Amino acid sequence: MATVRHHVVIDVAAADAWDLLGNPRRAAEWFPGITSCVVDGATRTVTLATGLSLPEELVTVDELQRRFQYSVKMPIVRSHLSTLDVLELDEASCCCSYAADADPAVMALVIGGAAALGLARAKSMLEGD
Amino acid sequence: MGRCILFVTTDQQRYDTLGCNGGTLSRTPVVDQLAAQGHRFERCHPSSVVCMPSRSTILTGQHPSAHGVWMNGVPLAQSAPSVAEELATAGYRTALIGKAHFEPLLDPFGLFAENRLGMTGAYSEPGPWFDGTRGPHRGFDHMELATHGAAGWLHYSKWLQQHHPEAVGMFYRVLDDDLEVSAAGGGDTGAPQAHRNEIPRDWYHTDWVADRTVAWLEALDAGEDFFCWMSFPDPHHPWDPPSSEVGRVNWRDVELPAGYVADPTDREAILAAKPSHWSRWYRGELVSNYEAPAKWVPATLTADQVREVNALNAVEVELVDEAIGRVLAAVERLGFADRTDVVLTTDHGELQGDYGLLFKGPYHTDGLLRLPLVWRPAPVAAAAPSTVTRPVGLVDLAATFLSIAGLATPSYMEGRALPSSDEDAAARGFDAAITEWDSELFGVSVHLRTVVADGWLLTRCDPSTVHEGTEGELYSLADDPLQRVNRFEDPSCATIRDALLERLAAHDVRAAQGAAAPGPLVAPV
Repeated sequence: MATVRHHVVIDVAAADAWDLLGNPRRAAEWFPGITSCVVDGATRTVTLATGLSLPEELVTVDELQRRFQYSVKMPIVRSHLSTLDVLELDEASCCCSYAADADPAVMALVIGGAAALGLARAKSMLEGD
Repeated sequence: MGRCILFVTTDQQRYDTLGCNGGTLSRTPVVDQLAAQGHRFERCHPSSVVCMPSRSTILTGQHPSAHGVWMNGVPLAQSAPSVAEELATAGYRTALIGKAHFEPLLDPFGLFAENRLGMTGAYSEPGPWFDGTRGPHRGFDHMELATHGAAGWLHYSKWLQQHHPEAVGMFYRVLDDDLEVSAAGGGDTGAPQAHRNEIPRDWYHTDWVADRTVAWLEALDAGEDFFCWMSFPDPHHPWDPPSSEVGRVNWRDVELPAGYVADPTDREAILAAKPSHWSRWYRGELVSNYEAPAKWVPATLTADQVREVNALNAVEVELVDEAIGRVLAAVERLGFADRTDVVLTTDHGELQGDYGLLFKGPYHTDGLLRLPLVWRPAPVAAAAPSTVTRPVGLVDLAATFLSIAGLATPSYMEGRALPSSDEDAAARGFDAAITEWDSELFGVSVHLRTVVADGWLLTRCDPSTVHEGTEGELYSLADDPLQRVNRFEDPSCATIRDALLERLAAHDVRAAQGAAAPGPLVAPV
């Protein structure tokens, strides 16, 4: 088991960042390599640019805490939990944190690494660059 | 018509594996002849001792602290500088055939162009260039890519899967069930990453790289100028050359390398005099990086395993030499020979038994730092052969290629065109080479800066989770060519130590134009 965490400060209101990052259906807009995602109850299936299809369990979608957690369910990943938090800094900025805990450890690096690129993309999208 | 450039790299090859550098285990007549006809460099150093940062240095002409690829797993920015972009702008046809590795190989999300090209079977895709325009990815109008086996999406893997699927499983399985670099042993001695590979020689990636290079050259018009980076994945581990070739070097006849210390007590004493990360890795107490198998304990390495790894490595080096010969014959047949420069080097070295260690990591001694470099200028240049003993770096290659093409060195490049002799080197101030190491992996960080100058090799250990920031290494290259006696704390060496530390301090604060921010770590390798 290993843990990897990345964060980015985005100059928009926390509610606006949460609208994008906390919505399980909008992952393809900001998370690189996800070409589509389908949510069915507590299950989300994402399709990657490589053609891989990842079934995921939606663990937490908490609008009050602005916390989103999910877990990839596939044989090569013995355990996984990703946690995305949107923390308000002030009325016009927030800190968005993404942590990946996984076994094998390499999966934490790979999932967390892609998320780091995604957070940078989300910042660019939300700040209108 | 201008001069063409055939740039040949291997992966993880020691200086002493070539005959022209005194090696006796491999027969390398092709490279030896190039060296005899051109410039042979006796002290070429990389800017990093692992693949992605080092290859990014070759491409950009910048040190890792400027191009941003500070460790393996950090992708080179899409719009980073590229010598191939400069040459393409000048009208050169450009190709990279073999191992690129400016972007992570482990890429399940399909984020990176190198993997996408293989996946789709394309040889180029548009991308942003450093000058603000767009063009073929990193300036190469043809990228046909390979790595150390048949796994993944690169062109060689797809080719093998399509044409010879029965061979896909013949290679060593590089990753274990934990997706870690495998520690599994094989061969006759159980050496880590040694493996008997039943693949026919002409399906092996070394010959494939040469075949595809010849095919690309054959498609050129006779009057075109080209820059072709032919990049062999060998002799990097796994050590799994085609079994049909293994009999070239009988490991039982291999002498233990000079850097190996046979007596464990002596070996441990030597390691104990170095900064603590050496001994801690040797004992299996520290995993600081992904480049060596995390589950392998170096202290378990036997003398016979060192012999077998060196033998298999030598076989791979010979196959590369023969492949280069085949490509040079094609260059001749196609009429390019008189105006083609050939530059041959590698991205970093291999410990290969030094101090009882294998693979690579934050261990800055000659096994990893001292690289083969041969530059055979085009015959039309009528250059006098020479041996250059002064320090140069892979950071100097990009400027050298531009110089061959008659182009000026852009301000963002930190290197300079290679000297043609020691006299030229002295006149132009080639007196030092610098290597950087930065790694941060699962709570373990290591940060080193190394300089070779004035006949000394100094490494400064910067503050990290492993070092307090006061440790270091200092070796006299003349008195201690195997770097066994660390004189960093020796009062009689304080003057040279402080002078070399000042050189590193100047490197730390240099103003590198076009420097990028450190990139994100997105994969192990």
